[in-house]
Amino acid sequence: MSVLYAFIFSGTVCLLAEIILNHTKLTPGHITTLFSVFGSILAFFNIYDFFIKKCNMGAIVLISNFGNSLYNAGYDGFVKKGIIGLFSNMLTKSSLVITSTIIFSFFFVCLFRSKD
Amino acid sequence: MNINNYKKIVKKHTKKSNFLHNYLAAFLSGGLLGALSQIIYLSLKNIFSVSSTNAKSYISLFIIFIASFLTAIGLFDTLIIKLRSGLIIPTTGFAHSITSSAIDAKNEGLIKGIGSNFFHLAGSVILYSIIASFVLVLLRVITFG
Repeated sequence: MSVLYAFIFSGTVCLLAEIILNHTKLTPGHITTLFSVFGSILAFFNIYDFFIKKCNMGAIVLISNFGNSLYNAGYDGFVKKGIIGLFSNMLTKSSLVITSTIIFSFFFVCLFRSKD
Repeated sequence: MNINNYKKIVKKHTKKSNFLHNYLAAFLSGGLLGALSQIIYLSLKNIFSVSSTNAKSYISLFIIFIASFLTAIGLFDTLIIKLRSGLIIPTTGFAHSITSSAIDAKNEGLIKGIGSNFFHLAGSVILYSIIASFVLVLLRVITFG
């Protein structure tokens, strides 16, 4: 059942992005930024956690989860250590995405050459 | 030539993209990515008894690895033209934007090329989501305590 939920949720979000992409002049760069900011807004209203609980990976593979994890980590830090915690904790949960992207990308860029 | 005539000619020659086809492709590919990763997650969790946080991390790593690899060998661009948002909105889009901007600037050198172009496109995602999250955390703390 959760597979179906994951399919529907991630498919719907991608469909939404496609509609925005087709009917406005925004580029894919705008769209990814918009959706990650939208993720932290959803986290602000405690909605994103509900989606993660319902459809697990369907919500985690999306870029909106980046904003969500930033927000959650920042809030946890604030609860634990106050304003210092907000600064020092912000990137902890999304560290995996940022670090792995940097490492893999640099590795492959060194190995391969651009086609054109 | 007056500007209205020019616009008419441009409109006549721009290719009409098939909206319905694009929507279907985005929905199916995005959904399939989510469903597949959910299947892998469930099997990692139940068959190989990996803890749920570790399973999530492995899958994210795998997706980013595949996306960077396919971008580097040049396959990902053709996939994105076909599937569009289905691959831009998942984490694959993030990895793709970093790898493609770095590989395009490779022959300009290590510092001026790869280094300064690495976050060319993905920088805005990181910047604005950090700012938004920061402001929202402050807002929540001020309003709800």
